[in-house]
Amino acid sequence: MGELLELSVAEAAERIAAGELSRDEYFEAWQDAAAGDELNAYLWRAEDGSGDDDGPLAGIPVAVKDLFCTEGVETTAGSRILEGHRPLYTATAVRRLGGAGARMLGKTNMDEFAMGSSNENSAYGPVRNPWDRERVPGGSSGGSAAAVGGGLAPCAIGTDTGGSIRQPAALCGIVGLKPTYGAISRYGMIAFASSLDQCGPLARNVTDAALLLDALQGRDPCDSTSVGIKGGIEAPSREDLKGLRFAAPVELAHDAIEPGVRAVFEATLARIEELGGEVAEAPLPHAEHGISAYYVIAPAEASSNLARYDGVRYGMRSGDGGDLIEMYETTRAEGFGEEVKRRIMLGTYALSSGYYEAYYGRAQKVRTKIAEDFAAAFAEFDFVVTPTSPSVAFRLGEKTDDPLAMYMNDFFTVPMSLAGIPAISIPAGLAEPDGGGPRLPVGFQIAAPAFAEQRLLEAAYALEQGIGFYSKSKGGDDG
Amino acid sequence: MIERDQVLHVAKLARLRLSDDELERMAGELSGILEHVDRIGELDLDDVKPTSHVVELENVLRPDGPRPSWPREAVLEQAPDPADGAFRVPSPQAEA
Repeated sequence: MGELLELSVAEAAERIAAGELSRDEYFEAWQDAAAGDELNAYLWRAEDGSGDDDGPLAGIPVAVKDLFCTEGVETTAGSRILEGHRPLYTATAVRRLGGAGARMLGKTNMDEFAMGSSNENSAYGPVRNPWDRERVPGGSSGGSAAAVGGGLAPCAIGTDTGGSIRQPAALCGIVGLKPTYGAISRYGMIAFASSLDQCGPLARNVTDAALLLDALQGRDPCDSTSVGIKGGIEAPSREDLKGLRFAAPVELAHDAIEPGVRAVFEATLARIEELGGEVAEAPLPHAEHGISAYYVIAPAEASSNLARYDGVRYGMRSGDGGDLIEMYETTRAEGFGEEVKRRIMLGTYALSSGYYEAYYGRAQKVRTKIAEDFAAAFAEFDFVVTPTSPSVAFRLGEKTDDPLAMYMNDFFTVPMSLAGIPAISIPAGLAEPDGGGPRLPVGFQIAAPAFAEQRLLEAAYALEQGIGFYSKSKGGDDG
Repeated sequence: MIERDQVLHVAKLARLRLSDDELERMAGELSGILEHVDRIGELDLDDVKPTSHVVELENVLRPDGPRPSWPREAVLEQAPDPADGAFRVPSPQAEA
């Protein structure tokens, strides 16, 4: 059975299509693996595995972040306020996977309403990193990343608003892709910051991520911002990086990068050159203001989106003894966790009379400048590259008392989100954390122009072969 | 620096009840975050158009035809306090 789990999703799908592997046997092997979850990665696991078993993903188990509505299956978004909530419908992204033959393996743990970078903001307890259980898996798609990195799922989907797929993928030693805003429908994805939220795949290799993306992408009449990716996505096959130009932004070389992460990043730049690619420094002057703009825009949108949790139509209610306002205030006080309250407060403040222009208005202008910076870079370069995260996985509890320190985890991932462009994190090597200890995975981020996913995946694939990380990683065995 | 009174005002706008401890802590934390955010105040952003959305979209139109909605019973099953085919809530006016 162990052998079955070693197969990549692409290999398994091929064997299933050729009739050499039973889809039930394959699914059950992964159900058994998922049942051994010691990382708190799952909030719910499928007991039977029914699916429309036809299509490119026939019989493939997929772990689904608990931010996606699933008909009749509890969907909490990691929040107490939605405990026990059973949606009436299934998110388009999940339906599309099912339409391609995939089966839902389970719902994964996450930072409450996708707000966090460590998965410590879940109302259902933190997720552990498969490489070191005293460390965080990253967030907010921490359960999805830990499940894939820890051998509890062959692949997963998550959501990325400011780095929530890429950062946990980096910290768990797997591949995570945030597609272009608009590539995948957001219908049925519980909203955090609607102008930034985007669904994407987490997988053990670039080819598997491409396979999932092809199934997920597409226009959806239920999400007017979804446009899909023209021509779909094919399995990447590029073997070198000849003729491709990679920009390493000077402004992002900030001093908070761990030395180990910096060393792996520089080794990866050298690897790009070995593969025939060209690397040069390029200016991205406003990217360093990404965190400031993001932590105004995202909380502002969240404060509006989360107004719907009022104890009236669904979810929990508390404070019924008083008047209506008291019921609202008590329900929200008891239903939301600390970080969610902080962001609602931050967003409400930034949108309130007298502060709107200074904060929200300016942040939206910074967003324009960041998008212009990328456009200028892409006029000369094919890709922009950075470390995915300034550090390897940090210890549980290390940053929980300092919100700003936690937000800085998103330093490298937020600019791409604000610009709406696709970016992938691939495992690039291992590095010792600051303060010593066993070596942990380091992610390398590659960003491309809007809707250039195929080119992005081709380059990531070539680099992945050059690095050879997957073949030598041990995943959960280090736990 | 955000004062405690401001935090209380914003919490009211957001329909959040905060304990005294939370009010104190929130005032400090929000001040710290906003101090960082205030750096964008130094940028020259005159004549820059704000971006509210990255995808250039025309209005997306569809025929305005009738479609079935969710069955009332199924929707009410998810409600904390359904009554008489509707959502029941406490009175908006505090009892005297």
